[in-house]
Amino acid sequence: MLAFVARRLALIIPTFVGVTLIAFALIRLIPGDPVENLSGERGMDPARRERLLHEFGLDRPLPVQYAEYVGQVLRGDLGTSLTTHEPVLQEFLTLFPATVELAFFALLFAVVVGLPAGIVAALKRNTVADYAVMGVSLAGYSMPIFWWALLLILFFSVHLGWTPVSGRIAVQFDVPAVTGFMLVDALRSGEPGAFRSAVSHLILPAIALGTIPLAVIARMTRSSMLEVLREDYVRTVRAKGLSRWRVVVVHALRNALIPVITVIGLQVGLLLSGAILTETIFSWPGIGNWLIHGVQSRDYPVVQGGILLVATIVIAVNLVVDTLYGVVNPRIRHG
Amino acid sequence: MIAKRLLCAVSAALAAMLAIAPGAHAKGTLVYCSEGSPEGFQPQFFSTGTTFDAVSVPMFNRLVEFDTGTTNIVPALAESWTVSPDGKVYTFKLRKGVKFHGNANFKPSRDFNADDVVFSWSRMADDANPFHKGTGGQTYAYFDDMGMKNIVDKVEKIDDYTVRYSLKRPEAPFLADMAMDFASILSKEYFETMGRKGTPNAADIYPIGTGPFEFVSYQKDATIRYKAFDKYWKGRPKIDNLVFSITRDATARYAKLQTGECHVMAFPKPADLEEMRKNPALTLQQKEGLNIGYIAFNVEKKPFDNKLVRQALNLATNKEAILKAVYQGQGQVAKNPIPPILWSYNDAVKDYPYDPAKAKELLTQAGYPNGFEVELWYLPVTRPYNPDGKRMAELIQADWEKVGVKAKLLTYEWAEYRKRSKTGEQAAMMFGWSGDNGDPDNFFVPLLGCEAVKGGGNVARWCNKQFEDLVIKAAQTPKQADRAKLYEQAQVIVKEEAPWITLAHSIRFDPLRKEVQGYKMDATAHHYFTNTDLAK
Repeated sequence: MLAFVARRLALIIPTFVGVTLIAFALIRLIPGDPVENLSGERGMDPARRERLLHEFGLDRPLPVQYAEYVGQVLRGDLGTSLTTHEPVLQEFLTLFPATVELAFFALLFAVVVGLPAGIVAALKRNTVADYAVMGVSLAGYSMPIFWWALLLILFFSVHLGWTPVSGRIAVQFDVPAVTGFMLVDALRSGEPGAFRSAVSHLILPAIALGTIPLAVIARMTRSSMLEVLREDYVRTVRAKGLSRWRVVVVHALRNALIPVITVIGLQVGLLLSGAILTETIFSWPGIGNWLIHGVQSRDYPVVQGGILLVATIVIAVNLVVDTLYGVVNPRIRHG
Repeated sequence: MIAKRLLCAVSAALAAMLAIAPGAHAKGTLVYCSEGSPEGFQPQFFSTGTTFDAVSVPMFNRLVEFDTGTTNIVPALAESWTVSPDGKVYTFKLRKGVKFHGNANFKPSRDFNADDVVFSWSRMADDANPFHKGTGGQTYAYFDDMGMKNIVDKVEKIDDYTVRYSLKRPEAPFLADMAMDFASILSKEYFETMGRKGTPNAADIYPIGTGPFEFVSYQKDATIRYKAFDKYWKGRPKIDNLVFSITRDATARYAKLQTGECHVMAFPKPADLEEMRKNPALTLQQKEGLNIGYIAFNVEKKPFDNKLVRQALNLATNKEAILKAVYQGQGQVAKNPIPPILWSYNDAVKDYPYDPAKAKELLTQAGYPNGFEVELWYLPVTRPYNPDGKRMAELIQADWEKVGVKAKLLTYEWAEYRKRSKTGEQAAMMFGWSGDNGDPDNFFVPLLGCEAVKGGGNVARWCNKQFEDLVIKAAQTPKQADRAKLYEQAQVIVKEEAPWITLAHSIRFDPLRKEVQGYKMDATAHHYFTNTDLAK
């Protein structure tokens, strides 16, 4: 097990080089110029332009810029935003809890609904229930997030008035950001109604963001469950007279879950990328919203640092998931 | 059975959870759905309207300001001023009894006075000022880009309530410049206190001004909170709290306005305007924009070095059709480079009519009987003065085709577009301008002046001696009436020389809820809530 983790950790080095290089190159490949972006139709005083180019290090050759950037990152410095002049890491840490909160509840929604839906579809194979689950999940998977999010807002917020349109909490609650997790902060604040408001703000974004993972989880659970249900040992435990419930939950599900856990682990990357659209539409002050603004304003350090941090998190989650296999099924040995 | 009971319980809990009126706000709290986060909380560093709306408008004052809704200059922190006969010395008499805000780290010990005015200027102008080098290498965007160092020689304190600005040359638009956001007055005492405490940057992060609202808190990309300043020199604002709910997506902003989650929203989508008008809960205010959308011909390049060609294409362009299709009627045809709401607008100027036959005639005279091929650059983004560059370009392409001019449509990413335009690469290009202040000089000089050919703002690269003499003379003439006459003549020259096709001035819209009272749209596209109230 330790050797496995060590090997995986060693792989992080080329991944790190790849991610920094790709992030560095991609943002520079998009036409546009961060300094030009700071001026409008008026244009910029040439002296100020020079000063800014120098200040941002953009007057040096690209390989030098990249080497300096990597050196900086290795020293733990992700640079400063070109727009706000705040350290990138500080901005990321301020906003990241909002994304984690959203992604967690989106994933929770996806698992809580997707897993039982997949099991039901497998057990009731080729019935209306199966077709319904598969049809809905296919639709969910194919739906563009921004469109789905707007539909949710128009129906539940504007038409029915059940949920707020956007944001993390109603404006009358001035909850200090202690942990950055609004639900926790709202509870801590002790303001009556704050927690309820935070939950109501979380519902639509979590549904919008959780829909694609839900569809993936439901479909994977179904196919994995169907496979396991055909195994000899399932037939044997059935023959032993165990209840259908026990057979499914205790014996079949445990094995069927292995590929599902892989898929859930992979959803983390998807959730973080999906958060970019969801956060923009729901004005959710997380890193998705921040990154997209970084790209629009050609804020190189924000985009580079943001991508690097997100990639690090995805890699870490995947490592944890791979390690978890052994826990779920001891037959899988990491030799 | 158990499952059914569970389902019922969950539904009931959800229903209870959701039974919140999303629009419930504390009494006296006005929520404004803004379009983005400010870049920072210092009015001198930045140049976007989003930042000004969040910083200089609610929390700061200038020596002089624009009367909301007009471009008239009115006294603010300066009660009165005099200009020397040569137009080079401006003496401001300052208002007494003006209080600064306070916060947890700073309680002002004195009222606003001349020291604050001198400090605010010297911070931008004087490299030796200990606070000149701002947080993280910030620069003074407007101060630098407007070349203020070349205009103002020195700023001196005469006594506690008198300040003298000595200019290097007569500059009549100077007063309008002083009403701009970058000229906001900071508290010298606050900066010095923070400097002594070893946290000079805090003064730029937690703003202290003399404005109608005090800063309360900011949650990045989420909310900015302000409270009414009880000791505001013009009287306490009517609302108790002002909240900016940052909502980047225009559709979400509109949804929030409908549900009552905000009272006023920024920048509606043109496609939503019709529905907003019909909504009984909303009011849609509108105002002529202080802007111009145009096509510039690069007069340094063939065939646009020939005036006849430029005039011909003016005649060949159907502006009314563009106004209908692109602006959907939300604008007016432009015949001058400045909009009609700006003083000195010359209404006597006759625009080129839509006349393809006459255009063809002029092209033949110019030596292009069969027309020519040309690149036409179009705007890659929506701008306040032009909602849809591509659609506009297609219409123009079709119009020009009728007189034999084949336009190849081309565009670049927005920053790249502006960068290339400054090098003179373009033949004909779409561009525009939103005025920063209410002075005609702010249109003529940066867009059509000879200096602006070098700077790149004059994308037609048109430098006409007669025009240049007029606008320079106007900038050096103290009396507005005299200046207006000079600008009127300048507009005649622009029309005749036709470096541009002046296309349209757009109309701006501010949608608000019916319960909002006393809100007035500003001429320079800022959002002021000082005199706004909410119906009880």
